Amino acid sequence: MAVMTYREALNLALREEMTRDPRVFVMGEEVGLYEGAYKVTQGLLKDFGPKRVVDTPIAESGFTGVGIGAAMTGLRPVVEMMTFNFALLALDQIVNSAAKLLYMSGGQYNVPIVIRGPGGPAHQLAAQHSQSMESYFYHVPGLKVVRPSTPMDAKGLLKSAIRDDNPVIFIESETLYNVKGEVSDDPDFIIPLGQAVVRREGTDVTVIAYMGMMYRAMEAAEDLSKDGISVEIVDPRTLRPMDTETIIGSVRKTHRAVVVEAGAGFAGMGSEIAAFITEQAFDDLDAPVERVTGASAPMPYAKNLEKAKTPTKDRIVDAIRRVCYANGG
Amino acid sequence: MAQKTVSQAAKPGLGVDAELAKRLFRDMALIRRFEEKAAEAYALGKIGGFLHLSIGEEAVAAGVTSALRPDDYAISTYREHGHCLVKGSDPRRVMAELFGRIDGLSKGKGGSMHLFDKSTNFLGGHAIVGAHLPLAAGVGFKIKYEEGDQVIVCYFGDGAVPEGEFHEALNLSALWKLPVIWLCENNRYAMGTSLERALAQPEIWKFGQTYGIPSEAVDGMDVLAMREASVRAVERARREKIPSLIEARTYRFRGHSMRDPAGAVYRTKEEVEREKLRDPIVLFRDRAMKAGLITEEDVKRIEKDINDLVDEAVAFADASPEPPLEELYTDIFKENA
Repeated sequence: MAVMTYREALNLALREEMTRDPRVFVMGEEVGLYEGAYKVTQGLLKDFGPKRVVDTPIAESGFTGVGIGAAMTGLRPVVEMMTFNFALLALDQIVNSAAKLLYMSGGQYNVPIVIRGPGGPAHQLAAQHSQSMESYFYHVPGLKVVRPSTPMDAKGLLKSAIRDDNPVIFIESETLYNVKGEVSDDPDFIIPLGQAVVRREGTDVTVIAYMGMMYRAMEAAEDLSKDGISVEIVDPRTLRPMDTETIIGSVRKTHRAVVVEAGAGFAGMGSEIAAFITEQAFDDLDAPVERVTGASAPMPYAKNLEKAKTPTKDRIVDAIRRVCYANGG
Repeated sequence: MAQKTVSQAAKPGLGVDAELAKRLFRDMALIRRFEEKAAEAYALGKIGGFLHLSIGEEAVAAGVTSALRPDDYAISTYREHGHCLVKGSDPRRVMAELFGRIDGLSKGKGGSMHLFDKSTNFLGGHAIVGAHLPLAAGVGFKIKYEEGDQVIVCYFGDGAVPEGEFHEALNLSALWKLPVIWLCENNRYAMGTSLERALAQPEIWKFGQTYGIPSEAVDGMDVLAMREASVRAVERARREKIPSLIEARTYRFRGHSMRDPAGAVYRTKEEVEREKLRDPIVLFRDRAMKAGLITEEDVKRIEKDINDLVDEAVAFADASPEPPLEELYTDIFKENA
């Protein structure tokens, strides 16, 4: 075990996988000479050379397509989106090509590509650089979608994503790159895709949250413990395939559920999680499932408005109290 | 490198031997017959969805493919029956795919627009205009990454040229020196929109010059001209690892798809009839016979073989079962090894 930042954990995962498998290469805007807009690829050009650390012009659809073409003929590209918001320019490549080639070819051509980069709320980056992009991808059959919250998960899940034979959308966060935590330095350590984790055990209510919202939920849980409310927090880690079993198991135990997401809410991740909890564990529920979501508005620039757009600890606390019928309790 | 005039095959004796002449004739005749039969099957309701025929454009697929090695790659659009067939796919399995049957190349899950054949390195029919061009650059990238000497030919229509991905892909292929042959099948109409209504620069080959790519316009109704231009481009790609752009000036005799049978709204009947006088199969057959490369008996025999082969393909497709319902949920993800 070593203590390192989320950024360093991603960098280590890339290094280990590039060392392990010569077919793995990194491609994207500023990944080489500039060492990554957020320095995730720091030092890779020096250590692996320009053949395997490929700087691209600003052509998201073009270089994502290059990655897909290389993947369908045997390479294992890791394509960086400087921010995932830019993946919208490559959305057709991801949705119509990467996700569908295996199916359309009747199983002949798989696309082992990882598309990674930061997404979600950051710090005053305004409307075009702060979207919670996962909702654009987890709807699509054929894509796996990962949102790793901790340095350990960042490393273990990125390694699994690179080894996966399918396209994986791997969305990090600007706000987490400097978070420190324990990370396995064993090159064989991986975290399988599709496994949720219980971040905090509790008995009264299950909160499902990931990325920055998971940390806010942990703070809310800490506050509520002082009032005698015991909160269990489940981090799905992989949004597709979703580990419904762990979430349902937790809800059957606590009989209450709150889903937190930074995205705009309507038809969001919270909607899907609330739906399957209701379908699979209705009789176990003592209260309706609550969703705490970002406001249905573009991300504003002004600090105060930005704060109001994204779920706060207080809103999470209020929702938990409501499902526990502990308002003012 | 770029030429200002449309290239015509000019070598005396046609520059091909009898065996190659027969292959070129056979390949074009196969595409023609296959697609005529597909049109019949469509009318009978055996084939559904969209069916885009390349009748009139056969010289492009046949000429280009004759310049390739079997291990070279090809990738194409949704008008790709011909490209797929001459790359070596079994016509029976292609027809079964059009019929939506389990013995189709993609088990019936792709259809006419999505033919793939890993055994011939045919990387698909892609039905989002322009989207497969970056994929072709990616295959070129892979070949170079592995220091191979294969090439990839990427077919696309004139309709892809105004798309951003055409420009992104050409730029990347030139910037990174990738072994890609950009093969524009310019049939003058993107669905119903003529070249002049879509492009500020209707001389498509000139876009290649912008990116420093050797580029030429070729008479796409002349299979030998297509072959010669392709041989030059393949040689450059294989030896020098650089892309080329070939603008094949061709014409589709049928409409955009079976839902536009005559293609009569956006072009005149006179134009279509005039272009049919340049039928690439008839032109080549007559030239090859005149040059003594093909006899009348050869023509009859090849045509009979082709007819039998295509009839057999139809019978095979008709007899093949529908895919079992389990296939709905297979091939979404590959099981990790």
